[in-house]
This record gives sequence, structure tokens and C-alpha cells, in this order.
Amino acid sequence: MIRLQALTKTYATPKGSVSAVDRVSLEVHEGETCVLLGPSGCGKTTTLRMINRLVVPTSGKIFLNGRDTDSVDPVELRRGIGYVIQQIGLFPNMTVAENIGVVPRLLGWDAVRRRRRAEELLSLLALPPADCADRYPNELSGGHAQRIGVARARAVDPPVLLMDEPFAALDPVNREAIQDEFLRMQRTLRKTILFVSHDIDEAVKMADRIAIFHAGRLVQFAPPDELLAHPADTFVAGFVGSDRTLKRLRLIRVREVLAPVGDRTFAMNAPHVSPDDDLRRVAALFLEHGNESLVCVDSSSRVLGVVTREAIAQRLALQDAQ
Amino acid sequence: MPSLSAKRTNVETLFFILHNLPAIGERTLEHLSIVSVAVGVAIITGVPLGIAITQSRRIADTVLYLGSIVMTIPSIALFGILIPILSKIGQGIGWLPAVIAAMLYAQLPIVRNTYTAIRNVDPALRSAAIGMGMSVSQRLARVEIPIALPVIIAGVRVAVVINIGVTAIAAYIGAGGLGTFISRGISQSDIRQLITGALALGLLAIAADYSLAWLQRRLTPRGVAARASP
Repeated sequence: MIRLQALTKTYATPKGSVSAVDRVSLEVHEGETCVLLGPSGCGKTTTLRMINRLVVPTSGKIFLNGRDTDSVDPVELRRGIGYVIQQIGLFPNMTVAENIGVVPRLLGWDAVRRRRRAEELLSLLALPPADCADRYPNELSGGHAQRIGVARARAVDPPVLLMDEPFAALDPVNREAIQDEFLRMQRTLRKTILFVSHDIDEAVKMADRIAIFHAGRLVQFAPPDELLAHPADTFVAGFVGSDRTLKRLRLIRVREVLAPVGDRTFAMNAPHVSPDDDLRRVAALFLEHGNESLVCVDSSSRVLGVVTREAIAQRLALQDAQ
Repeated sequence: MPSLSAKRTNVETLFFILHNLPAIGERTLEHLSIVSVAVGVAIITGVPLGIAITQSRRIADTVLYLGSIVMTIPSIALFGILIPILSKIGQGIGWLPAVIAAMLYAQLPIVRNTYTAIRNVDPALRSAAIGMGMSVSQRLARVEIPIALPVIIAGVRVAVVINIGVTAIAAYIGAGGLGTFISRGISQSDIRQLITGALALGLLAIAADYSLAWLQRRLTPRGVAARASP
């Protein structure tokens, strides 16, 4: 879907040329969320901005759906790609509905259709259109403004979204909520997303695959679980942190490690987990109660199985063995 | 007794004004025709110039410097310079040199305010506009100019007030306008005409400034206005 081929950007400085992005090649499949992760100045944002040609590459190719983006008029190209930035960038002179209608208007939709689309997107965000559509951005909270920033990028339903640290400026509570909403949306829409972040927790949560950048180079490109289990080098290991096993636990659901109950018995009031809980919660309960195993029940209190320390250790080893 | 003579002057001036209302109206219209044509031309040229120079810091500095130099030329000297030049087309004195001089004085506030306002548009908004696929003209028309408009109009207000003053001097080169009362008042030692001219000019400047302030509020996008004054 998106393929970068030896993408390079060098800047001329008084001290000679500096490469911001150095021969980056990667491929993001349709419907996949790829997080570009790294410290500031590592080239991740430059890489993103080359895809919609806000930055012109020095060399290398970008293919969108097999088409070389060099051969497309940049203005046309950008109208077909959703773009969300950290500063949100809602236009203060336009209402919420007008902001959402910017790209539809560029594509020549009439006013009625633009309005209908804006109201549809607002109701998807659980923001009542009657309340919200005619407000101005300065009347919105940060969380609402960024939700509308995302809605604006989705206005014409582009297959590709580029998101440049979209949630970095939000407070932690809002950030979690909007990330969860976004994941729910992504599960049904299956957009191809490139997402820039400097936050490993966010990357692990959002990504199908993570591309770690360091000094302009792509150092590792792997699914979160693999990245956490096998950092490619000391830089990646340092970046993902020494608690990477705990981060991995968050990625694994109880249902993946369930074992049959067998002849174990459980007290009625013993703590239990649900199949969709992640293993971090299980680990927390283990530590809290000193258990070796926990019973897993579904929403109608039916016992589905048990989760044991052993099973968790085996599941963690599975990735380690690969 | 000074107070008595002052009172007499007031009464005489009042009578003068009442007797000459049609003439005052006519002079006001002359005045306005010079100012509005000059400011109109200055907006048509100055706003695009102010936008164009945002592309290069060096060119912007040069243009604004030249504008400042024009502002330092006393208006009476500028009229003097224009006489020999415009005499070549038979327009050395009168309406045309008055309009040209006023237009030159109007340039700096309009160009400078446009330049500053466009430069001050949040780079994130520009980035969002480009990233969403706006062309340069769409970006200017839909985002940058609407946001910059209040500051641009503030520049127009300054230009209009300056021009009302400059045009008063233009009476000396036969351009008419309210300055005529002042120049005649001085040459004929007629305090009534002097006061009439000064009063009318003051009121005109205040009225013009107020109506432009109203226009400025009307043309300020709602979302921008509330942000400017929290």
C-alpha cells in the first residue's frame, strides 16, 4: 500500500550536508497501522512529511498503491491523504463543520453534502452535531479539538492517514480515551495509517508494526511483541526500556493463554479475570494475591479456563524462541 | 476683555458655518474623493505587495525601509517634487498630485500591517492547509487573509487618518478639500474659516476612524475575534 524505497533527505548546512533521513525502505500493508517511533530529530516526521510531499525527498521513491508519488501533482496527492498534526491546526476562522468540510470543498462537494458529512462524522465521535457543528475551534476543549482534527482528516474517507504525533499535546486521561476511540474506529475502518510518535507505550498500543528510527536510519521494523522481545540493538533496547516484558504483557490477552480448569478448585470469592483482559492485569493480581493461577470467566459468569504463571512464561518464551 | 471676544468669535464662527453648510459639504466631498481614491489604490497595490514580500525577508526589509523613507518626506515637499513631474502631462497641481501623494503615504501602514499579519499566521495552520491539499491561492483566500484581516484593516484605518491630514495640505496645490478653509483662513486672517476647517477635519477623521473600526469588527471572523480578546 505504502512503499518507501531508499528514501533520503539531506539538508545543506554551513557545516556540510546533513542527512535527516538516510535510505529508509519500508512497506506498510493495506489496513495496517505503522508507528514511526524514535527520539526527536531522528527523521520520523521528515519521513512522514515526504509522503505527502510537504518535504521533497533528495532521493528515493515513494509508492502509494503502486503509484510513484513523483508522478502525481502534490496538491491532488494531498487531497487523497488524511493528515493530522500535533498542533491540531483547526482553522480559527471556520466553524467545526466548515473545518471538516475543507477537503470536501476542495473536491467540489456542494454545501448540503458537506454539511451532511460533517454531521455524520460528529455523531460518530459522539459529539451532538446540533451542539458542535457551528462552534468555533476556540470554543472547544483540547480533546474535542483533536477529535475534530481526526474527523477532518477522514472527511472524504481517504484510504491513507498520516498522523504526526496527533495525541502528544493532550493530557494523559484524554490521550488514553482518544487512543481507545481511535483503535475502535480503526478496527472497523481498516485504514492504512502512518503514525509518528515518540512514546513507546503509545506505539505498542496503537501499532501493528513499529518502525524505530535513530539518527535518520530505520533500525528496526517489527510488530510490537517482537520488538519488545528482541530489540535489534542497544539503542532499541534502551529506547523500549528495561520494563519491556511488562509492556509485552499488555499486548497479550488472557484468551491466548487459557488452560483447561482440570481438577483445580477455586473459592467463590477468588479474584477472576475476563478473556479480554491483558496479562498486565493478571500479573498485578498475581502480585497482589500471591496466586499461581486465576480463573477466567465470561460476562455470564461461565468458567472458561485458568491462566497460570507457567502458561504466561510459555507465551513469553514463544516469541523469544523465534 | 478676552472672554467676551472669544465668545464673539464663537458666535461668528457658528454663523459662518451655518451660512456655508453647502460649501462645507462640497469641500468634505472633495476631501473624501481624494482620500478614498488614494486609499483604494493603496489597498489594491499594498495588500498584494504585503503578501508578496512575506516570501523573502530581505525583500520585505527593503520594501518596508523604502516605505519608511516616504513617510519622512514632509507632504508639502512631496507636492513640490510632484509638480515638475506631473506638469509633463499637464497635471502639476490639483486633484491628481494630491491623490498620488496621499496614496504614497498610505502604502507603508497598509503594506506593513499586511506583511506582519500574514507572517504571524500560525505556521501549523499553514502546514495543515498545505497538507490538506490547498493551492497557494486557496490558502490565502480561505485561511491566511481571513485571519489577517483585522490587522490589515487596522493598517487601513491608520492610512485613512494620515491621508485626511495630508489632503488638508493639498489645498495649497489647488486640490480643494477642507484644507481650503484653513489656507484661506490663514491668508485672510479669518479665524472663522480657520476654525471651521480645523473642526470639520477633526470630525471627519474621527468619523472615518469610527466607521472603519465598525467595519473591522464586522469583517473579523467570529472565531478569530474571540481568541484575540479572551
